[in-house]
Amino acid sequence: MNVRVLLNSRLMAIVAVAGIAAVLPAFFPSAYYYRVAALVFVFALAAIGLNLLMGFAGQVSLGHAGFIGIGAYAVAVGPTHFGLPPWLSFVAGAALSAIVAFLVGRPILRLKGHYLAVATLGFGVLLSIVFTNEAKLTGGPDGMSVPHLVLFGWAARGSETWYWISAVSFMIGAALALNLLDSPAGRALRAIHDSEVAARMLGIDVARMKLTVFVISAVYASIAGSYLALFNGLITPEVSGFLRSIELVAMVVLGGMGSIMGSLVGSAILVVLPQALTFLHDYEHMALGLILMGVLIFLRGGVVPSVAAMFARRRP
Amino acid sequence: MAIKRLITALGVTLAALIAGGQTASAEVKIGAVLSVTGPASFLGDPEKKTLEMYVEEINAKGGVNGQKLQLIVYDDGAKPSEALTFAKRLVDEDKIVAMVGGSTTGSTLAMIPVFEEAQIPFISLAGAIQIIQPVRKWVFKTPHTDTMACEKIFGDLNRRNLKTIAIISGADAFGKSMRDQCVAVAPKAGITIVHEETYGPSDTDMTPQLTNIKGKADVQAVINTGFGQGPAIVTRNYRQLDIKLPFYQSHGVASKQFISLAGPAAEGVRLPAAALLVADKLPANDRQKPVVVSYKNTYEQKSGQPVSTFGGHAYDGLMILIEAAKRAGSWDKAKVRDEIEKTKDFVGTGGIVNMSPTDHLGLDLTAFRMLEIKDGDWTLVP
Amino acid sequence: MAEFLQFAFSGLTVGAVYALVALGFTLIYNASDVVNFAQGEFVMIGGMTTVFLTLAGVPLPLAALIAVVAAVAVGLSLHRFAIEPARGASAVVLIMITIGASIFLRGAAQVVFDKRFHSLPPLFGNDPIRIGGASILPQSLVVLAGAVVIVVLLWVFIDRTLFGKAVIATAANRLAARLVGIDTRRMGSFSFAVSAAIGAIAGILVTPITLTSYEVGTLLALKGFAAAMLGGMGSAVGAVVGGIMLGLLEAFAAGYLSSQYKDAVAFLVILIVLFVMPHGLFGRAKIERV
Repeated sequence: MNVRVLLNSRLMAIVAVAGIAAVLPAFFPSAYYYRVAALVFVFALAAIGLNLLMGFAGQVSLGHAGFIGIGAYAVAVGPTHFGLPPWLSFVAGAALSAIVAFLVGRPILRLKGHYLAVATLGFGVLLSIVFTNEAKLTGGPDGMSVPHLVLFGWAARGSETWYWISAVSFMIGAALALNLLDSPAGRALRAIHDSEVAARMLGIDVARMKLTVFVISAVYASIAGSYLALFNGLITPEVSGFLRSIELVAMVVLGGMGSIMGSLVGSAILVVLPQALTFLHDYEHMALGLILMGVLIFLRGGVVPSVAAMFARRRP
Repeated sequence: MAIKRLITALGVTLAALIAGGQTASAEVKIGAVLSVTGPASFLGDPEKKTLEMYVEEINAKGGVNGQKLQLIVYDDGAKPSEALTFAKRLVDEDKIVAMVGGSTTGSTLAMIPVFEEAQIPFISLAGAIQIIQPVRKWVFKTPHTDTMACEKIFGDLNRRNLKTIAIISGADAFGKSMRDQCVAVAPKAGITIVHEETYGPSDTDMTPQLTNIKGKADVQAVINTGFGQGPAIVTRNYRQLDIKLPFYQSHGVASKQFISLAGPAAEGVRLPAAALLVADKLPANDRQKPVVVSYKNTYEQKSGQPVSTFGGHAYDGLMILIEAAKRAGSWDKAKVRDEIEKTKDFVGTGGIVNMSPTDHLGLDLTAFRMLEIKDGDWTLVP
Repeated sequence: MAEFLQFAFSGLTVGAVYALVALGFTLIYNASDVVNFAQGEFVMIGGMTTVFLTLAGVPLPLAALIAVVAAVAVGLSLHRFAIEPARGASAVVLIMITIGASIFLRGAAQVVFDKRFHSLPPLFGNDPIRIGGASILPQSLVVLAGAVVIVVLLWVFIDRTLFGKAVIATAANRLAARLVGIDTRRMGSFSFAVSAAIGAIAGILVTPITLTSYEVGTLLALKGFAAAMLGGMGSAVGAVVGGIMLGLLEAFAAGYLSSQYKDAVAFLVILIVLFVMPHGLFGRAKIERV
């Protein structure tokens, strides 16, 4: 299969998801379903960014919830303490995430493998500690409330509104990511993923490429964080914690590293499962752990690539 | 053939579901979102057990207003975003008529807009004063506020003529919130806070912080605001460092478990707590005595675990709701809400509750007793 | 001076626990390239099993023994049923599998045990020993001694026995080890068993000081992993030094700087160390073959 066909099929996937997203609400019995679906899209957006970093540039990050935190607190702190309109705080949060990623990315991305993992983990923990302790600004462990997003006098509120916002944002995010991968930069990325040394030999500025992707992934996470905060109307430091970072990585790995649509599937699994498993009560966490392990052991490439491979095999 | 069987099976399931839905409508649904697991399982676990055992008991007696209760509990793991999702689910899917719970302040604040909008009575089990100030039409709460705990401790300090104190607080929602309230009301009580330390909610050694407090000459007493295992370790470290100053814990440790975890180090520690902890030691004419003794015995018998005031908050919340529904004579949400607001002279585990349109908590300082740990047990400070 | 000593005691006590968890990380990593985030759960299983058995009336030494055996059984099953079937998967996938395992084990613990905190009686009482104006609990010395014994035993075993040499060979080069007839799969399950035992022993020793509950594993895994990386992944000496250093950093930061930011200080130092020494204090650089 040549690259063009592959990319076309990827774009087709976005169109297909857009179609499903448009039709799906017809089957939603209540606003609760809108909320869950909106959360799926919001976390999928963050997962796309992390997937660019993990699946294409081959760099792991165990601290990406830190950027979710920056985006989330930006839309809370901006309007409350600095009188900025929510939309401007939103942009400022994304910009701040990009700057922070740019500054810490340089030294951190020189590290490899598990050392990179622990450095990003430490970075995420640092941010989380700041959000918890700078109570004058962030409200501390109890968090702070977030004003509604108001655009041209129209306030974005309610699960249904946020469903459409997050679904459309996801499509745009996915399309941009695919566009990036189709560019020369995307090919350079894949080369880095296969072998850094070889990529360097080909004249690719590996350090700069990695840094660029790190910054992009931070912006994705930040935007998702802002959405989450605006949608929930309240933000606590938990959103930037270590466990959230792990959850993001799990979404990427479950859905499939290197698969943009995999990010959506991974997010869907981890957002919907806790809702679906409530009937198990005390056994919920056992089941969650088992499902996680089972999927990873039997579909180790992630759900989307593995299923795609199965179909490909069936069709000669 | 197989398909036909499948369709039949589906049809039967669907019929069963519809039929099930019909019988369920005869039950009235009470929702609860509790932090059963995660960092606040200290609160959520006894709350869940309490609600389950009392709903069962009420149903065995025929329910309320001719309808049996169905309790629907979700675990938010102390994550406000999850709590919000579950709140939506309770309102949209489960169609509850009333809500008890929200173990933590963060979860409660996240859920408030949902129940305000859906116009469903919501009795929170979380501590912070922001839940009921400003007063929101549909939101109530049962636990005492942190401010009251601080005032109670400061009152005791003044009685002992201690004026300058140090605070060591847990960096979790509970510890931080109470620390803030204590700092806020200290000037009014004539107390000066001369030194402050904090510790992480999962820390296992607080001797460095306590060493710093020990080194301050002008500290006359120490207050530890926090819940979970942290205060037990702080108490042990306090004795390990041989600090002789009077030591106060908060109502966040109000469970026998604290004494067993802290061991002999707990001797002499004082704390403000609800009457529940000293159920057996209350004078016979104490109005709370029958209630707290009955709850304590029921809980300890059924769960096999020592009683805590957190479970007590859930008991109070459920009973306030039930009594309001009985007075209302129906499960009409607006009527039940109005009756909750009219709760007068309700004797609960946390104190005697008198609510009003301006007070959705209804407890005053008399709800708190000052306790001291002696010989491995609680005693009332006269 | 008394203050300094007190902070040092605190750091050593906490650091010894981190060191033992980090050692578990390192052992498994050496034998199978897996970063096992369920390592903290071994500590939890050790502590909680002992607590519940003693509550049921089993004498403490027997309870502790059963707890270690239980942890080893869990470690072996983890290797057999989760790691082995996923052999060849990428490092991140393997990490996520162990995280799945830790979620499962925590979930199981909340059902089998309960959700409350528990303690164990200390071996030599609660009266602190006072040295130079500072004080340390006898149990802290037990933890430190336990850590030293474990490290020495491990060293003797690995350095002086044929089996130990096979472990080293496996760590150095999996393929070469297999070519000279070493059963590398057995090395893998062996490393899981030993790591589980070390974790469980650590859990039993520290429970009288730090208390235990079904959820203590998460934070220990995080700190233990950080300590192992600080010391240099794959180095046993590094794991111990990294653990003790992390404990001391936290204690001194809490004592001298700010108790709010003590964890931040610890992670900041780790970041700085890694920027200067990208393979930790004692780690070796792996040369990438093209």
